[in-house]
Amino acid sequence: MSVLVYVEADGGLIKKSSLEAVAYAAQVANMIGGSVVALATDKADNLADLGGYGANKVLQVSEPRLESRPVAAIATAIAQAAEKEGVSCIVMSRSSLVDAAAPRVGIKWNATVASNVTALPTQEGGFSVQRGVYTGKAFAKVVLNGERKILTIAKNILPANHNGGSAAIEPFSVDFGANDFAIKVLEVKKQEGDILLPEADRVVSAGRGLKGPENWGMIEDLAKTLGAATACSKPVSDLDWRPHHEHVGQTGIKVSPTLYIAVGISGAIQHLAGVSSSKTIVVINKDPEAPFFKSADYGIIGDAFEVVPKLKAALEKVV
Amino acid sequence: MKILVCICHVPDTTAKIKFNGSELDKAGVQFVIGPYDDYALARAVELKEKLGGSVTVLNVGEADTEPTIRKALAIGADDAVRVNAHPKDSLFVAKQIATHAKEVGYDLILMGREASDYNGGQVHGMVAELLGLPCIVPCMTLEIEGSVAKMGREIEGGKEYVECNLPLVAGCQEPIAEWKIPNMRGIMTARTKPLKVVEPTADQAAVETVSYELPPARSNCKMIDADDLDQLVKLLKEEAKVI
Repeated sequence: MSVLVYVEADGGLIKKSSLEAVAYAAQVANMIGGSVVALATDKADNLADLGGYGANKVLQVSEPRLESRPVAAIATAIAQAAEKEGVSCIVMSRSSLVDAAAPRVGIKWNATVASNVTALPTQEGGFSVQRGVYTGKAFAKVVLNGERKILTIAKNILPANHNGGSAAIEPFSVDFGANDFAIKVLEVKKQEGDILLPEADRVVSAGRGLKGPENWGMIEDLAKTLGAATACSKPVSDLDWRPHHEHVGQTGIKVSPTLYIAVGISGAIQHLAGVSSSKTIVVINKDPEAPFFKSADYGIIGDAFEVVPKLKAALEKVV
Repeated sequence: MKILVCICHVPDTTAKIKFNGSELDKAGVQFVIGPYDDYALARAVELKEKLGGSVTVLNVGEADTEPTIRKALAIGADDAVRVNAHPKDSLFVAKQIATHAKEVGYDLILMGREASDYNGGQVHGMVAELLGLPCIVPCMTLEIEGSVAKMGREIEGGKEYVECNLPLVAGCQEPIAEWKIPNMRGIMTARTKPLKVVEPTADQAAVETVSYELPPARSNCKMIDADDLDQLVKLLKEEAKVI
């Protein structure tokens, strides 16, 4: 049985997380026997490249009403593509769109859904996967019953390497329902030019130790040197020092970059819940008792205003 | 305005999580209303105070969840329904909510964007699909103007503002409302508010949890001299291989 993978694009290019999803889908198809069909509803220039990550063909939906990314309509497209292709599994990388669409696809396509999957599936006890639970404090092994499965996967659990291949692109038309466009988008306010935090491979984050929004320039400079996104702790966004969409933690965005640098953040359990799946954590804090040091790989005890510029200078020698 | 708020009964966010085989070790763990559901409930109470109507809370849970439901009543809900079942998985919970909502009919069905224990984030979307309703998640602002809801939500790198006609389902998170703490009068009146217990519609779990494990502990934090940051950069490059 084959696997359908839903891919998203941003600015005309397939997202890195979607490339990871295609590589993941290829491994699932290898396990259950079958091919990989990719589905794209966003405009993208590099769809054929998906072949190099493991897709055997790409279905492309060209429908102007999808440009505002209506969740219900995209869920209809995914369910109809899965039905048409006769797949047994759908793979999607987590995003604000996918998190909202996956449960709707689950009902439309009569499938079992496992969200926030953190490893490849196994056939142990049926079809089982590991998923993150208790807000990053634990993993659960779950068995998915039923013939049809949907997995939404966390970022950075599998590398996406291009092997040079390409895939044929086929147009795919969708029979949308009357309610698929019930939600009208009034306005989108998007930051331009920055690395998007949920997609970022490296993140530089700061907390109240920075003392005020006027001091964020050095955090942005360090992030720029590393090609990283900037983030902040909850008190900082509550104080309006930084926008809420930079807030990482239990009630904000959960990130899993390869490198997370925390500056002037004490490490409350709610903050750790949003960052604990980062591959490497560096903590900079002048308080040697800051609890974050217990969850870090590397720690520096020192004043952020002295350490951050020195770290930037040291990084500039090598990156 | 008839509002249904679906709440879950979860360990406090600061609780230390341990397991006995495939079960959570509940010893010493305090249970609370799901933190995201708390915001949904607070907004529902605010809307009721502004527009009139009623707020019903629903929980899928066994009898031990009743103190959590009473707390929701103390915060300002008018009545409550407990579906007498262990919440097996997202689909099971969604079907119980949809069954109740079909019977009663609500203008708004609010809940948190996810439970802080299973972190599925599926129930709102499943309920909406089962009822043929629009769904917004994560819903961070919500205003009602006549029969139209205007909402704001976060998307990657920004915000999106949308509107749609009622009825609808929303998965909420802060800053949708001011978090509410029950006062003494609320706690006293909650004791006498109606709490109806209904039996679940029979359904098998689609997803079965067979075991839990804790994440591997990070190796001890390597402390770097603040005056030798070249050493940190070397470690990030050669040991961690992240730059």
